[in-house]
Amino acid sequence: MKEKVLSEHFSIDNFFKLDVYLKHNGYQAVKKALTELNPEKILKEAKAANLRGRGGAGFPAGVKWGFVPQNGDKPKYMCVNADEGEPGTIKDRYIMTHNPHLLLEGIIISSYCVGINTAYIYIRGEYENIALRLETAIDEAFQKGFLGKDILGSGFDLDITIHRGAGAYICGEETALLESLEGKRGNPRLKPPFPASIGLFQCPTVINNVETLANIPSIILKGAEWFCALGLPNDGGTRIFGVSGMVKNPGIYELPVGTNLKDLIFKYAGGMKEGKKLKAVIPGGMSSPILKADEIDITMDSDTLMKADSMIGSGAVIVLDEDTSILDVLTIITKFYSHESCGQCTPCRIGNSWIKKIVTRISRGEGKDGDIDNIARLASNMVGKTLCPLGDAAAMPILSIVKKFRDELETSIK
Amino acid sequence: MSLEFSDKTKKTIDKIIARYPQKEAALLPVLHVIQKEFGQISEEEEILAASLLGISQVKVREVVSFYTMFNRKAVGKYHIQVCSNLTCTLMGAANILNFIEEKLGIKPGETTSDKRFTLSTVECLGACEQAPSMMVNFDYHGHLDKEKINEILDNLE
Ligand SMILES: Cc1cc2nc3c(=O)[nH]c(=O)nc-3n(C[C@H](O)[C@H](O)[C@H](O)COP(=O)(O)O)c2cc1C
Ligand code: SF4
Repeated sequence: MKEKVLSEHFSIDNFFKLDVYLKHNGYQAVKKALTELNPEKILKEAKAANLRGRGGAGFPAGVKWGFVPQNGDKPKYMCVNADEGEPGTIKDRYIMTHNPHLLLEGIIISSYCVGINTAYIYIRGEYENIALRLETAIDEAFQKGFLGKDILGSGFDLDITIHRGAGAYICGEETALLESLEGKRGNPRLKPPFPASIGLFQCPTVINNVETLANIPSIILKGAEWFCALGLPNDGGTRIFGVSGMVKNPGIYELPVGTNLKDLIFKYAGGMKEGKKLKAVIPGGMSSPILKADEIDITMDSDTLMKADSMIGSGAVIVLDEDTSILDVLTIITKFYSHESCGQCTPCRIGNSWIKKIVTRISRGEGKDGDIDNIARLASNMVGKTLCPLGDAAAMPILSIVKKFRDELETSIK
Repeated sequence: MSLEFSDKTKKTIDKIIARYPQKEAALLPVLHVIQKEFGQISEEEEILAASLLGISQVKVREVVSFYTMFNRKAVGKYHIQVCSNLTCTLMGAANILNFIEEKLGIKPGETTSDKRFTLSTVECLGACEQAPSMMVNFDYHGHLDKEKINEILDNLE
């Protein structure tokens, strides 16, 4: 059995309740961090752990925290990204449902490290029931003195508020999230300035994904060295991979960073459903470029997937079988991005809606010569030319499909 | 006639507003409460939200129109939201949608004449391992097939 950091206790009854959580070493990490360690030591450990962000971009968490200026007089904020909008992604739902106190511990320790006294958890609006569970967990933690004023006599104060989104994928993008939290439309901001210096309410802000933060307690208890050994030296720990689509056993699989994608599908997720042949895999949520069946003998970590011109993203693996029509996949992808573009930049707004129009026309059997080239041209014109990464997130998977499945797409035209 | 909250809701709203250093930041959570209470965010509800937070109505409108979860018109007692994204489609979401359309006699975007059901299609709900999936109000349902849908919808109050 592989060692699990986040999901080890998922199957214990009522683990989400504080009394049960406490019976399994609960809040030991907070105790250690706040009473035995200082912020500098925690930052050093977080950096050494090479914990890469689990939200999509894979940026090392410790390095990000280090960017927050420590000498200003403005308050600092923590925003936990629980928007989980990337199609295919299911992992944060599991963490928050089954292990909410682990997330709270991660928030407390990282806030203590950066000197933050106010945290918001931005959770997608559809997860209302999970938001309620988190609220209960926060109340319990308050009552036991793990939140609030002078936590465990350390002099450190922290307050956490749950903030529900309202159905907009773009609000998962960190600067759109900040706008949304301020009560506005979720229009991404121009960077720089980066949120670490000017973020929520114009104050220094740390934004981290749920899974990223949920790793912190174990790093505090067991150390950075252990964490790196569990995964890869420069990409530590495990990831909760969400496998969905045409496999026998769709679900979550917490495995070391660097697990082979082929093993994930064929060994852990039981292989293909109904004995079908594998056609392609989307390895890290819908925004990640597609891999063909012969490209999946590859390890799941940020750097390796980047080298393969794809991305580990949120670790959401979508498996397509031989019966899947690539045109259908392209149709759904383009429908999604044209719906979710916030509309601020022309290449993204117009590009996505044009691509959608062309793809929809092809699906109706009215494809024309040159359509595929036009799709590729429109998508290329988005890359690197937009305010936020959604432009790229739409263009890259579209371009990868056009490149790798051009023949199949062309046959839908003829 | 202007809208009135119950005392309990008023207290909830005051508590929400107190969580933010700027009142306006409470707009999304306040709109959620208003929608829960009045079933929609139409003009009257916009005015209410604006007055609670000391912002203009047009600012509220701007926000309401951006987010898909705010209903400009009241939905039925049960709002069925069927996922139409990638994994669910691979696993047969189109058939699921057809079946519900036929069963209820409505298309996405419509409400049954008895105001019991509203049907919508939505993007990824974050329940891909249980595809095809849907939400009925805030309850998730996965691994859908015809029998399961009948069971779920026929057993609602
Ligand atoms: C269009 C778009 C959508 C995103 N959606 C999410 C999301 O739902 N959840 C998330 O954690 N990160 C999401 N991200 C990534 C965030 O912008 C950000 O990188 C992340 O929250 C940082 O946390 P991490 O470093 O811990 O991963 C999204 C990015 C883009 C461009
Ligand atoms: S790239 Fe698209 S989603 Fe991002 S800011 Fe521009 S228009 Fe909005």
